[in-house]
Amino acid sequence: MEFDLAFIWAGIIAFAVLTYVILDGFDLGVGILFPMSRDSGERGVMMNTIAPVWDGNETWLVLGGGGLFAVFPLAYSVIMPALYMPIILMLLALVFRGVAFEYRWRTERWRKVWDCAFFGGSLVAGFMQGVALGALVQGIKVVGRAYAGGWWDWLSPFSVLTGIAVLAGYALLGATWLNYKTTGELQRKMRRLARPLAAATLGFIGIVSALTPFLDPVYFQRWFNLPGSLFSVVVPSLVALAAWQLWKGLKHGDDLRPFLAALSLFILGFIGIGISFYPHIVPPSLTIWQAAAPDSSLSFTLVGTVVLIPMILAYTAYAYWVFRGKVRAGEGYH
Amino acid sequence: MFDGFTAETLARIQFAFTISFHIIFPAFSIGLASFLALLNAMWLKTRDHTYLALFDYWKRIFAVVFGMGVVSGIVMSYQFGTNWAVFSDKTGPILGPMMAYEVMSAFFLEAGFLGIMLFGRERVGNGLHMFATLMVAIGTLMSATWILAVNSWMQTPAGFVIGDNGQFLPQDWWQIVFNPSFPYRLTHMVLAAYLTTSFVVAGVAAWHLLRGRDGPVTRRMFSMAMWMIVITAPLQIFAGDSHGLNTLEYQPAKISAMEGHYQSHPDGAPLILFGIPNPAEKRIDYAVEIPKLSSLILKHSLNAPLDGLDKVPDDEEPPVTVLFWSFRIMVGLGFAMLGVGLWSLWRRWQGNLYGDHWLQRAAVMMGPAGFVAVLAGWITTEVGRQPYTVYGLLRTSESLSPIAAPAVGASLLAFIIVYFFVFGAGTFYILRLMAKGADGDGNTHDKGPLRVAVMESVKAQPGE
Ligand code: HDD
Ligand code: HEM
Ligand code: HEM
Repeated sequence: MEFDLAFIWAGIIAFAVLTYVILDGFDLGVGILFPMSRDSGERGVMMNTIAPVWDGNETWLVLGGGGLFAVFPLAYSVIMPALYMPIILMLLALVFRGVAFEYRWRTERWRKVWDCAFFGGSLVAGFMQGVALGALVQGIKVVGRAYAGGWWDWLSPFSVLTGIAVLAGYALLGATWLNYKTTGELQRKMRRLARPLAAATLGFIGIVSALTPFLDPVYFQRWFNLPGSLFSVVVPSLVALAAWQLWKGLKHGDDLRPFLAALSLFILGFIGIGISFYPHIVPPSLTIWQAAAPDSSLSFTLVGTVVLIPMILAYTAYAYWVFRGKVRAGEGYH
Repeated sequence: MFDGFTAETLARIQFAFTISFHIIFPAFSIGLASFLALLNAMWLKTRDHTYLALFDYWKRIFAVVFGMGVVSGIVMSYQFGTNWAVFSDKTGPILGPMMAYEVMSAFFLEAGFLGIMLFGRERVGNGLHMFATLMVAIGTLMSATWILAVNSWMQTPAGFVIGDNGQFLPQDWWQIVFNPSFPYRLTHMVLAAYLTTSFVVAGVAAWHLLRGRDGPVTRRMFSMAMWMIVITAPLQIFAGDSHGLNTLEYQPAKISAMEGHYQSHPDGAPLILFGIPNPAEKRIDYAVEIPKLSSLILKHSLNAPLDGLDKVPDDEEPPVTVLFWSFRIMVGLGFAMLGVGLWSLWRRWQGNLYGDHWLQRAAVMMGPAGFVAVLAGWITTEVGRQPYTVYGLLRTSESLSPIAAPAVGASLLAFIIVYFFVFGAGTFYILRLMAKGADGDGNTHDKGPLRVAVMESVKAQPGE
């Protein structure tokens, strides 16, 4: 058998999106937690835990979008107009939050403004990503090769719910990240916050998982028939395991364990969504094979991807290594 | 606010608006990244502290510019899908892979090493820090390479077939990437970025020299920038001329519009220096012309025939007025840049590079000239491609997303407000960083021989 290039690519895109969600997840989470500290110095420390790496984290979002354009152009050209409003709002929010990394240090008088931009930008971006996810799960109307719905179709109670769920999850990632990267009062505060956030995240995972199978009979089938039903048992038990680790880690005051456990929660949630979707890329209309670019595009891109992605992972890991350890007040080049 | 505009017009305005903001930052950061790599290398090689001081000075400015470039760029990469969905569906198999390569080979490289370049000298040591700085510079150039391959393919498509489903399908990747206008466009754009940066650097140095904040760092800055201008300005004019000849071959209607040739000239076309395009009557009013020169430039022969827009169907004619002016602005600035370069060469030869206040004033005036020329150049290129997005094959009106006009109007309004606010603030912070002298606002201890003369005015400056 030939390689099923579309299948391989679906895996790569899923990997890029997952990497984005966990990397920018804690990074947006730090922004969402910004108002938890009123002290400008403390906020500086919070921001500096991610300042050297945020740009790399966000580049996975560009890869997600650019990758979709390259290998599933039809999906890209259906999803983007369908989610027009949430995407544009997310992009604008990312503008505010991205510039805050530099602007905050360039002014005394307006520091509050850019702190606000950092918080608001992170909040809106995270929320809109969750909304977009919910709208996608609910399904997108396609006629011929184009989106056939209106410009408010994305808004529904379910998509608002997923929006809030993603916010809770990002905040949890942010809190456990800060617990890992900071010391003293700030670290204690984040550890305290992590518990209610963990509870909220788990609650939302439960509600969304319970609702999803009823949105569309197809999802129901996937979850309650073989082979999906195997996962229906395994995934929730792994979620329980991760939750337990998270709880223990927080109780013992561990630095790294809560963060890793929170990451695992995200990865499991993502696998769950993957089970619901597969083999669709735009539910309920387009499968990955229908949306795929011709093989000549897929293979041309794949050749470079298998070389470049490992290199990217290597130097990204190196950058994290260079900036390892706790961040203390007054660090940075500003 | 945008009542009466069609969704298409609004989407075009939105694309033009957001990309015009975006290109301002790469035009500066491509040049600045290379400049920083050069400065750091010179510092490591010579251990001359002026290089390190310059590195640290421009590094902060680079960080702000780069941040603005990143956030405005992310908007661009999603806008193909949100606003040009049909275009994305059809060209995705060809343009998508090139943009994916841009992300993987350029954006990750820049982003991955930027942190180390900005924050990491103490943590990784000089060698690795130099490596990181170099990677950022290479990343910006790779980025320009891929995105210009994308844009050039839209101007001069090659290496594809059109599939049953209406998509452009790749056939020969070599021809796609190295499409006919790509080498010209890449050269012209990278030179443009270097020139733009050189003029900003020269302008900042000159401004401080004029205020009497003279010193070895400021002088080095001025001198390096002027050398760069001397080298790149003539190259750019040459590259632009070759680019024009290439365009004449593949997009003759664009050239006719730029030159203002409504009529064909069977025996030698004049070069129209100035005039007022009159689209209704299809002629240039009040034209100031040099006979036969256009044929000489474009065909290298005085009497060579040159077709005009009368040979182009009306619905394929690009908007002449815009092209006529934007092209003249760019070319005019190109020659003005050459003039500044020659002037500095003459002063340098006289041994008086830092003493000519008029040269300094000219340099300050020309500080933003690169940005204007870059925008004028892109407007020429892109408006000249109309009414097509993929030249000759896919019309702009057939590229659009199925989105209602009010949605596009709302997003356009939001972009305008947010961009002016956010990038306005950024520009203000950059200007404030530039207003600080590189020699520490005149408080440096090593006073060059010429400094005594300007000490009076230095004292008058309030210290910061
Ligand atoms: C990758 C492709 C690409 C690249 C690198 C650029 N553009 Fe472009 N441009 C387009 C792809 C495109 C497009 C998608 O094809 C548009 C959208 C609508 C249209 O007609 O073409 C367009 C339109 C467009 C218009 C509107 C033309 C009109 O509607 O009359 C302007 C003024 C610009 N662009 C300006 C620029 C500038 C200043 C650029 C410098 C970076 C630039 N473009 C790079
Ligand atoms: C429509 C066309 C374009 C798109 C979709 C686009 C997309 C992007 C994106 C997504 C980024 C952010 C990368 C990151 O996350 O680090 C970016 C930055 C950048 N782009 Fe563009 N871009 C376009 C046009 C251009 C052009 C014409 C050039 C230059 C010739 C260019 C050069 C750069 C460079 C050098 C950067 C790095 C950041 C900076 O220097 O400000 N881009 N672009
Ligand atoms: C005086 C000499 C110059 C000539 C003859 C010239 C010629 C041209 C031509 C013919 C085009 C349009 C090509 C096309 O779309 O087919 C162009 C585009 C452009 N020009 Fe120039 N140019 C000159 C100077 C400059 C200067 C000084 C700058 C900036 C510093 C500049 C920046 C650009 C840019 C950014 C573009 C759009 C990108 C591209 O198509 O390469 N040009 N130029």
